[in-house]
Amino acid sequence: MVDVTDQISHEHEKKNFFTRWFMSTNHKDIGILYIFTAALLGFIAVAFTVYMRLELMEPGVQYMTNADGEPNGHMWNVLITGHGVLMMFFVVIPALFGGFGNYFMPLMIGAPDMAFPRMNNLSYWLYVAGSSLAICSLLAPGGNGQLGSGVGWVLYAPLSTSEQGMSMDLAIFAIHLSGASSILSAINMITTFLNMRAPGMTLHKTPLFPWSIVVTAFLILLSLPVLAGAITMLLTDRNFGTTFFDPAGGGDPVLYQHLLWFFGHPEVYMIVIPGFGIVSHVISTFSKKPVFGYLPMVYAMIAIGALGFVVWAHHMYTVGMSVTQQAYFMLATMVIAVPTGIKIFSWIATMWGGSVEFKTPMLWSIGFLFLFTVGGVTGIVLSQAGIDRAYHDTYYVVAHFHYVMSLGAVFCIFAGIYYWIGKMSGRQYPEWAGKLHFWTMFIGSNITFFPQHFLGRQGMPRRYIDYPEQFALWNYVSSIGAFISFGSFIFFFGIIFYTLMWGRRLTEEAYWGKHADTLEWTLPNPPPEHTFETLPTRDMWESKSTSH
Amino acid sequence: MAHEKNHDYHILNPSLWPFLSALGAFILLFGSVLFMHGGSVFIAALGLLVVLYCMFAWWSDVVFESKDGDHTPVVQIGLRYGVIMFITSEVMFFLAWFWTFFKHALYPMEAVGGVWPPTGIETFDPWHLPLINTLILLCSGAAATWAHHAIAHENDRKGLENGLILAIGLGALFTVFQIYEYTHASFSFSGNIYGASFFMATGFHGFHVLIGTIFLLVCLIRAKKGHFSPEKHIGFEAAAWYWHFVDVVWLFLFAAIYIWGA
Repeated sequence: MVDVTDQISHEHEKKNFFTRWFMSTNHKDIGILYIFTAALLGFIAVAFTVYMRLELMEPGVQYMTNADGEPNGHMWNVLITGHGVLMMFFVVIPALFGGFGNYFMPLMIGAPDMAFPRMNNLSYWLYVAGSSLAICSLLAPGGNGQLGSGVGWVLYAPLSTSEQGMSMDLAIFAIHLSGASSILSAINMITTFLNMRAPGMTLHKTPLFPWSIVVTAFLILLSLPVLAGAITMLLTDRNFGTTFFDPAGGGDPVLYQHLLWFFGHPEVYMIVIPGFGIVSHVISTFSKKPVFGYLPMVYAMIAIGALGFVVWAHHMYTVGMSVTQQAYFMLATMVIAVPTGIKIFSWIATMWGGSVEFKTPMLWSIGFLFLFTVGGVTGIVLSQAGIDRAYHDTYYVVAHFHYVMSLGAVFCIFAGIYYWIGKMSGRQYPEWAGKLHFWTMFIGSNITFFPQHFLGRQGMPRRYIDYPEQFALWNYVSSIGAFISFGSFIFFFGIIFYTLMWGRRLTEEAYWGKHADTLEWTLPNPPPEHTFETLPTRDMWESKSTSH
Repeated sequence: MAHEKNHDYHILNPSLWPFLSALGAFILLFGSVLFMHGGSVFIAALGLLVVLYCMFAWWSDVVFESKDGDHTPVVQIGLRYGVIMFITSEVMFFLAWFWTFFKHALYPMEAVGGVWPPTGIETFDPWHLPLINTLILLCSGAAATWAHHAIAHENDRKGLENGLILAIGLGALFTVFQIYEYTHASFSFSGNIYGASFFMATGFHGFHVLIGTIFLLVCLIRAKKGHFSPEKHIGFEAAAWYWHFVDVVWLFLFAAIYIWGA
């Protein structure tokens, strides 16, 4: 095996750096590029929050001030917008869908590459171009005579149509490019999934991670173009005098919210569904059992995806919808708990009676299971239109969606990294370090976000730079948690650096044991530049598939 | 390692076009922002040039690969899926504009008098130029189908070319009429919701007609060079699908905005 890896690195050396990383048509290289870029942007987005939590640690404005000592609310708004835009468009989806999706979806279905390898690279570079525009937006002249725009990641009109300067337009174009990148990627993933599965691998035999990617791809394909339309309207309202969202000219700002959330709700599922796929494989591997209820798992993902399109207005209960509309969106939202419950219980049932081994990826997956359930339960609370009257735009909402996304989807990213880093790099992380990273992050993020439920119940509104004295205690606790999480995050970068430089070399293909039995585990670590040049045969995956 | 490829999928060589396209897109959009804030149009134009050049070079590569036989039957299926998915995403893009139109038409705001079309807006008579344009576009779609039949079932290159010429001519005529109509509009693009939703919806459709016309034109050139055979004419098939999609969007625009919305 060692000489094979040598040959592989030799193979790569033949291409120069520019050719390999800038002109790539290789799904594995592009996947790695996605993961690294997302990590870089993720670091920026997390750094913003550390600064914000520092400011929120105590009542009054201590750090974010102008030269004259006055609070700089604009800067606060810019940071909160930057955090949201980066995380929603440029970090989580690129890492899970672009990164792991690119690297492992073709491997798991036994495809030699993506269906459109060159377009795959276009997706990546459009993502880079988009994130560059997003960074430019933070640094360009914006509202209040300062830099950046402070309108929130949702870019609600009329705030976004009246924000001064170039910054807002740059942000709009950044999202256009990110959208184009995602749509092309979705087309690529769907085509690969439908057209390039290994001989004999019927849809009902395809592993769960490829399924999760294709469900995500359909969500992207059908919802991002609507967002593109909506932000194009913002752009013309801002620059060419149209009045889509301006009541003075017959427009309606609530229309923007509908268009945004018609995309925005599927968006949160795009963020988490690939994570569902990863967690299924990890739990099966470390419980040493096949996934419980493979088919219900597949159809639950499809159901979640489909339902995700018909619940968007539950983000807008307070805009003045009729009671009938609210009742519908409430009911439809609660229905999503059914397929989600199927997934949660199937994961638990997978562990049930298994020989569970608490390796780092498994810890992240169980952490995900627990915290995603907490976020899901507060989601059911928020889906109540009546209760949402009180909770809307409070820290309760902040706590809810961070439990789902920050502690849900991001935990899945970590699970994926620890599960597959050996496969991708040929080197294994130190187990103790991975576990330490997990526990510090688990504790830190829970200390950060759990008290925010209390703050929300006390009535603290989100998106403010300052707060009255009575919210001081839990804000202080929350900030401490954020610092612990940030320390843990820095430690994670250390682990990755150590692993890539000096990590123990892995020689066994299926280094997690025989229950890691999808097709990527039949390949050397790291896999050669071109995989499955002879397509895998049924016996390589069928008899021992996790799915049966 | 020996690279023995034992499958029919298409493994591509490294290519500069994706990187250059994205760079062009960045320059184009950055330049557009500068332009919208009073800067010169030069940077945006440069970006557009890079994007257009990449499109040309990239798709030329695709044509060469097709001639080299890289597009095996299974790759052809993949290309078809890709085109269908692309058109699906375009449909969803138009959904946003229809959504806007129907929202404002069904629930007009006070500022426009609470009625649709808004008070003071004089809409086009759908049974004049818009009807003619509908017929032109439908005939153009029929001509594209004729061309498709000619190549797919009869291997008739002359028929393919004639059908394409007719489809392109009618498509161009549609665009000319649409420009004529725009110049005679009694309402403007800015300042009122009717003009905004009318011009953006029909304008994006017109833009797609233009793209479709160019796509068919490229197919005509390729047809003259003998690129298409009854077994293999994916490029043309994609253009025809796209053209029918543009057709159908127009029918909805015609029914909703021109007839119902007037």
